[in-house]
Amino acid sequence: MNPPASPPDSPKASATEERRTSIHEEHVKHGGRMVPFAGWSMPIQYSGIVDEHQAVRNACGLFDVSHMGELEMRGPHAGQVVNYLVTNDVGQLAVGQALYTACCNASGTILDDLIVYRAGDDRYLTVCNASNRDKMVEVFRSAAEDHCEFEDRSDSTALIALQGPKAFEVLALAGSDAAKLSELKSFHFRDAVVANIACTVARTGYTGEDGVEIFCAWNEAPALWRHLVELGTPLGLKPVGLGARDTLRLEARLSLYGNDIDETTNPLEAGLAWVVKLGKGDFVGREALEKVKAEPLARKLVGFEVTGRGVARHGYPLRDLQGNEVGICTSGSPGPTVGKNIGLGYLPANLTAIGTQFLVDCRGRNIEATVVKTPFYKANKGAVSK
Amino acid sequence: MSDVSIPEGLKYTKDHEWAKIEGNEIVVGITKFAVEQLGDITLVTIDAKEGTEVTAGGAFGSIESVKSVSDLFAPVDGKITKVNAEVVAKGELLNEDPYAAWLVRIAVKDPKSLGELLDAAAYTTHTQS
Repeated sequence: MNPPASPPDSPKASATEERRTSIHEEHVKHGGRMVPFAGWSMPIQYSGIVDEHQAVRNACGLFDVSHMGELEMRGPHAGQVVNYLVTNDVGQLAVGQALYTACCNASGTILDDLIVYRAGDDRYLTVCNASNRDKMVEVFRSAAEDHCEFEDRSDSTALIALQGPKAFEVLALAGSDAAKLSELKSFHFRDAVVANIACTVARTGYTGEDGVEIFCAWNEAPALWRHLVELGTPLGLKPVGLGARDTLRLEARLSLYGNDIDETTNPLEAGLAWVVKLGKGDFVGREALEKVKAEPLARKLVGFEVTGRGVARHGYPLRDLQGNEVGICTSGSPGPTVGKNIGLGYLPANLTAIGTQFLVDCRGRNIEATVVKTPFYKANKGAVSK
Repeated sequence: MSDVSIPEGLKYTKDHEWAKIEGNEIVVGITKFAVEQLGDITLVTIDAKEGTEVTAGGAFGSIESVKSVSDLFAPVDGKITKVNAEVVAKGELLNEDPYAAWLVRIAVKDPKSLGELLDAAAYTTHTQS
């Protein structure tokens, strides 16, 4: 057999040596298996993907997402500039509030998916995907021009996600003002002190579970990580790698850039119409997206279950029951919590109704699959989104 | 990578299959090293039926883990004499003990071809390279 050295769906590392987050040594110490990901050396797993996945669903998990980019816009016109770059309406944000959005090009296809945090009256922090950081820095820098100040804070900002039903219990143990933090509404954030480290804590995440994402200074992240591991382990906390991050987000039907969405897909066909606010005023891609909206969608991203014996993977062709190639699988994996082999893929509009049967070409074998309602998994409560 | 002990007395391929010689037949499985590389195994598919001819290095099935899919390769030329239906029904068995959860038995075409397989020491070196 031919076991892979790196995750099959990860962006390819550049030819140069991979970068390390400040938490790298902690990953190695915890038995993290390090792989190249988007130019970084990141843990794919520690105790095992299924074990880590279930820890997040049942207790909580700790993720190093410091490789993601943090871009800041400042100044009286910063809000307008950011709002012009993204499809969702940043103008609605109060200070301390965040939103998930797409950033499109003039053709209305997706450059990146982002979270924009309104950090002050005239201050906006945007978190972008690691694989898109260079591209987004360019987009933001050139949009800022003379209108506002731009700063790429990615190298000085670490990001740790604490996700799962026990996330707030762990935060309470870390001596933070847990009462205030647990009162945070979904997609809100505030400054806090966690384990004696000044942080910004946001009730956001990417696993389908309740939880937080914690921003702190790059060099303080290892201490924060150690404290959270130490305090959380008795409650069932485990460090979680990219492998389980992928199965968790897939069960929650959260899109992965580079798989489910990219510069060849628009937000409407990707099921992200809710982040496109055509009524908010002008923005990049608006004209193109208005045209897309005026016509019936030719294809849509759907969730499916593989009902036959097989696992769909990124890039596998999707076929109609006559065997004609009609679409493509963008993400697929066994779903550890749902106990089924699940996936996302683009299908022509006439094959997207719930219950529609089709075939997944699993390396030459056509395996039956059915379009199902998503998310595949929904937590009982809490913040669910990127 | 944790230490993975590699049993003596078995033959190995560079593709991480093990082969136990029993008379004219070999029992074939995948190594603990392979299981660790794959992560949680969920599904084993053996395309070859009993009686199917296989060639050395040719795929006779595949293994799906949560993370990825990998082909299974025949260690030598021969004919499949038995498929382990238990592992096909429950691929997770490989996670527990891959040296017990064998996959197929192959009647070896040419006994001399077994000499080309690695012994435990050579395979250990291979996994460390």
